[in-house]
Amino acid sequence: MSTAPTAIKAKQRPGDRVFSGSAVFAGSMILVTLAAVAIFLIVQSLPALIASHEDASILPENFWSYVGPLVFGTVWAALLALLMAVPVSIGIALFISHYAPRRLASALGYIVDLLAAVPSVVFGLWGIGVLAPAVQPVYSWLVDNLGWFPLFAGPVSGTGRTILTAAIVLAVMVLPIMTAICREVFLQTPVLHEEAALALGATRWEMIRTAVLPFGRSGIVSAAVLGLGRALGETMAVAMVLSATGVVTFQLLTSVNPSTIAANIALSFPEAYGMNVNVLIATGLILFIVTFAVNAIARWIVSRRKEFSGAN
Amino acid sequence: MTMTTKPETPTSTATPIENSLTAGRLPRPAPWIILGAAIAVSTAIFGVMALADGAGFNWGAALLVGALLYIPAIWLFSMLVEGRRRAMDRLVTALVTGAFVLAMIPLISLTITVITYGLNRFDAEFFTSSMRNVTGEGGGALHAIVGTLLMTGTAAIISIPIGLMTSVYLVEYGRGQLARGITFLVDVMTGIPSIVAGLFAYALFSIFLGPGTRTGIAGAVALAVLMIPVVVRSSEEMLRLVPNELREASFALGVPKWLTIVKVVLPTSIAGITTGVMLSIARVIGETAPLLIAAGFTQSMNWNLFDGRMSSLPVFVYTQYANQGNPPEAYLDRAWAAALTLILIVMALNLIARLVARFFAPKFGR
Repeated sequence: MSTAPTAIKAKQRPGDRVFSGSAVFAGSMILVTLAAVAIFLIVQSLPALIASHEDASILPENFWSYVGPLVFGTVWAALLALLMAVPVSIGIALFISHYAPRRLASALGYIVDLLAAVPSVVFGLWGIGVLAPAVQPVYSWLVDNLGWFPLFAGPVSGTGRTILTAAIVLAVMVLPIMTAICREVFLQTPVLHEEAALALGATRWEMIRTAVLPFGRSGIVSAAVLGLGRALGETMAVAMVLSATGVVTFQLLTSVNPSTIAANIALSFPEAYGMNVNVLIATGLILFIVTFAVNAIARWIVSRRKEFSGAN
Repeated sequence: MTMTTKPETPTSTATPIENSLTAGRLPRPAPWIILGAAIAVSTAIFGVMALADGAGFNWGAALLVGALLYIPAIWLFSMLVEGRRRAMDRLVTALVTGAFVLAMIPLISLTITVITYGLNRFDAEFFTSSMRNVTGEGGGALHAIVGTLLMTGTAAIISIPIGLMTSVYLVEYGRGQLARGITFLVDVMTGIPSIVAGLFAYALFSIFLGPGTRTGIAGAVALAVLMIPVVVRSSEEMLRLVPNELREASFALGVPKWLTIVKVVLPTSIAGITTGVMLSIARVIGETAPLLIAAGFTQSMNWNLFDGRMSSLPVFVYTQYANQGNPPEAYLDRAWAAALTLILIVMALNLIARLVARFFAPKFGR
């Protein structure tokens, strides 16, 4: 029979109380801030949810018919961006972790991280000034030669500022975070697995396919989902690059493009007044809920693999 | 016991392999030769096309098509000489390297563009005057630079203490439900889209100060919402790196817990914390959308965070682009010059952060 030794209470000095008190206070500030974000957004959104065209001039009929195309555009642009960014970021991560010379690897990783340091408004300027004119000939070639494919149906946009261009810019912007996470998991592959594969005569690709990729699968998935969260919320680059008309269409290359929630808020908010402001805040609330769900899925995937903590 | 089968002895008629280690493989420089050939072929094709329709020669497209041509070419050659498995390996190597090069294209293109366009107006007037009463050429971004510094500084003043103390709580005190909840909520905060932070600050201040209020402090609050989770995350990571032996040694000497944290834990991790804080500043200083929503924009100098709209560099870039007047070049030049300034500030912050991390890191035995 054993009794647990009673824990010896440390002497509580005033400094201790003040310090731990302020630490707890700071921690609870996080709770308060997040609760405030949710509460204020909901309070400001509620009137908009039941508003009609008479209340807010921005609405075509009611709130849901307004936000529907925007949600579609947001998800569509983000998915397109992800479709491009996932293979490329896996490639870059493999290049840095397994192909590049060891001594260069960290420097190369830093170079990719530089992309993350570029403000989104600069990406917007670059997208309009450089990328859109550069891809426009490719687009018109695609429409001329592959126009039978529904996604590439014409008429082609004369400026190149289509949803595909916006998705390319988004893809470039989410590359660094996805690459960083993938690189981190790939580097955590047990060296013994890799050496075992090589010792059995595997080529480098076979080693990666049999040892690195299976190990990193959940990391890749969570990187993709985190990238999706970023792409959903990205504002300025889309607002500047995309010439949006607010329709629902899957066509990539025409001048008729769906808008995204975030870009629509940024473009409409400075001139909004009255109930229109509440409508825009309500769309922001929906964006918040969508990104929250996406990020929660990413966290859940990461937490299933506790030893991996590349997602920050 | 006799062996029923004997291993086959190599027949003497087989031709001896010259060098068994390199036989059946492409020679070392082969990939480079194939790459050169692919680019040469594509350059030739584009050259003929340029001659045919009289258009200018497109170097970028020629190099791109050449690089694309290289991928099937190396696969084909390797297939013929080395067999299927090595061909696959070569193909993947080419694709993976290609992915890295592909990511470098926007970075290089962006750098060149920002520097060439940005230098047009990167002059003294740009840094010494505001846009007040300026239409057309001239004018500068001083009001935006001041606004950026004021709002980012205020955001830092709000979020560094909160973020740092939260990470101290999580590492040193946090146990049980509250700590788990805070960790989860910090994760949630990391994922808040920047424009939602702007909407929050706008909603907060318009409820208390009347609708349509746009002030510098609202922008600072929006930035702080974005900055706090980054500070918490990076400081938490750094505090966890402090070896427990240091804390135990301090406790053994009878030092109170709070003094242990202040005198032992924080000084040990101060370099990493500084790096994290600077990186978080670098991250929020480029935010456009929340400031556009919460702080608005103006043409004049505004030193007062609590009264009136306040411009910032990213919003300056956006408004100069979006509201072009006459002549449009003057507005675009200002936008690019401000973009260059912004990138230089962000790069400087990043660089200083890395240097701090390198030179002031505590020296452990490892």
